[in-house]
Amino acid sequence: MTTVADILADHDGREGPLLPILHDVQKAFGHVSEAAIRAIAKSLNLTRAEVYGVVSFYHDFRKEAEPRPVIKLCRAEACKARGVEALVPMTEGQTRVKVESVYCLGLCAVGPAAMIGDQIYARLDASRMTALMASL
Amino acid sequence: MKVSISDDAVAIACGADAVAAAFAQAGADVVRVSSWGMHWLEPLVEIDGAGFGPVSTDQVAAILAGTAASIGRIEDHPFIAKQQRLTFARAGKTRPTSLDDYYATGGWTGLAKAREMGAEATIETVLASGLRGRGGAGFPAGIKWKTVAGAAADQKYIVCNADEGDSATFADRMVMEGDPFMLIEGMAIAGFAVGANRGYVYIRSEYPHAIAKMNSAIAASAHLVAPFTVEVRVGAGSYVCGEETSLLNSLEGKRGEVRAKPPLPALEGLFGKPTVVNNVLTLAAVPWILTHGGAAYAAYGMGRSQGTIPVQIAGNVKHGGLFEVAFGITLGELVHDVGGGTDTGRPVRCVQVGGPLGAYIPPDQFHLPFDYEAFTAADALIGHGGITVFDDTVDMAQMARFAMEFCAVESCGKCTPCRLGSTRGLETLDRIIAGENVEANLALIADLSETMKFGSLCALGGFTPYPVMSAITHFGEDFGR
Repeated sequence: MTTVADILADHDGREGPLLPILHDVQKAFGHVSEAAIRAIAKSLNLTRAEVYGVVSFYHDFRKEAEPRPVIKLCRAEACKARGVEALVPMTEGQTRVKVESVYCLGLCAVGPAAMIGDQIYARLDASRMTALMASL
Repeated sequence: MKVSISDDAVAIACGADAVAAAFAQAGADVVRVSSWGMHWLEPLVEIDGAGFGPVSTDQVAAILAGTAASIGRIEDHPFIAKQQRLTFARAGKTRPTSLDDYYATGGWTGLAKAREMGAEATIETVLASGLRGRGGAGFPAGIKWKTVAGAAADQKYIVCNADEGDSATFADRMVMEGDPFMLIEGMAIAGFAVGANRGYVYIRSEYPHAIAKMNSAIAASAHLVAPFTVEVRVGAGSYVCGEETSLLNSLEGKRGEVRAKPPLPALEGLFGKPTVVNNVLTLAAVPWILTHGGAAYAAYGMGRSQGTIPVQIAGNVKHGGLFEVAFGITLGELVHDVGGGTDTGRPVRCVQVGGPLGAYIPPDQFHLPFDYEAFTAADALIGHGGITVFDDTVDMAQMARFAMEFCAVESCGKCTPCRLGSTRGLETLDRIIAGENVEANLALIADLSETMKFGSLCALGGFTPYPVMSAITHFGEDFGR
């Protein structure tokens, strides 16, 4: 089982290590806890406020773990032009999966597009979206 | 039988892995190559030069039996034949992380030439090419390099901006996933020219495939670029980190807040050291320029926009994908002749060029040539070269609202015009959409836009007025006018 201390040791001596550390903590624990912020601050000789400020600035870092599977649905202009907004109502009020908005996955000619973990999906329509939500 | 299928993210998202597995199971020799950039045909399958696409697993048997309809030779397809591919010369043809393929197609020649001619002549070559920053600002790359080369410091850096956050842009992603060694070579040339031995590639976290390919290519080519080293750093979902100074703060492990300029990053950049910050496409153009000479590159293009630009055609368009061409092609040619109009078959209402901060342009301005100066004169911007096509069902008031909302969500909070202006702008647009005091509120938006344009620290707050005001100016009927 990875600990925050292990992650800190992995990045020892690295230039500008805070973001890589936070990514690893987020990946290992699903969120960046208050205790992790405390340990990271101490190790990097930063204040807790400084680390907290970084955690809260970036959309990728969560302060609380999300228990449901997350679908990141692209709602940037190119996916809007290809009809993503018509899919949004069916994603609202979902209790089993969490559908979050993301702005651009770089699949702009084959949208609407979505991402689950590192898996990407394109050419979504209502039936594919239903199948995607049901598959999780 | 050799079957080439792309392993680019677009192909994968459209089902290329399953198609590749089906071909392999049927006994074919499957080779995973980069993408040709014909995204509407992905997954695109190539056998003896002939293309099939988009292919699904149930077509595999017919393709192998020779009874499936082909699109003909891919290289002769009008979408490819009309291009002038310099940066994307290898697209569709090579295995992205194969050093053998890279060598066989002229790889590392630019770096060898740079080392042979020396640092000063390398910078002169880039200056002579007329290469301008492809990230959006269009600043001459050679001048930036010269500034960094002339700065005295114990440590200098090359930072590659791969935080490609603009909607309708994917050329950076295609370079990193399709031809990663070319980017590494470009960074090594930059490092050699300015005297920097360390390079970072800042890639957005939404691009896991690009991150994996770059990491693998960096490991495979470390001995070739030494003593220069390259490391990937992953962003964390912040759009504003594509702005060069907030990117530097993010690399340093700070909040991605914009820095005031001066000091220029070229003199005080990463960790306060002289730093070249260039976009992926800028650095990726460099190996070709060193191999063929600055004049050969400058021979393409028009006016002060020299060379080629990888245009990304996206949104509601029939033939979307990557179209690399010399500057000077008109918007109309790109949207209608190359793109084939809208995917839905409805009339084109407008296009947005340059991502979420770019202007909405109506068809009566489609004569505009792709040229930095021509776009600026028309109150628009080329940005990173992305075009989003919309049909006549688009509600431009909603698009203007989205531009303000996006700015409010992504504002770093450092400067007031952007931080407060975007939120107040969003509220005011909501009142306009609700039909409250429309003319007075539109005047307020115009005034606010002026403040944001001239008072913001960076392009996020400074350029958000482009989509907002262009929507109001060209499509007043959507705002109750």
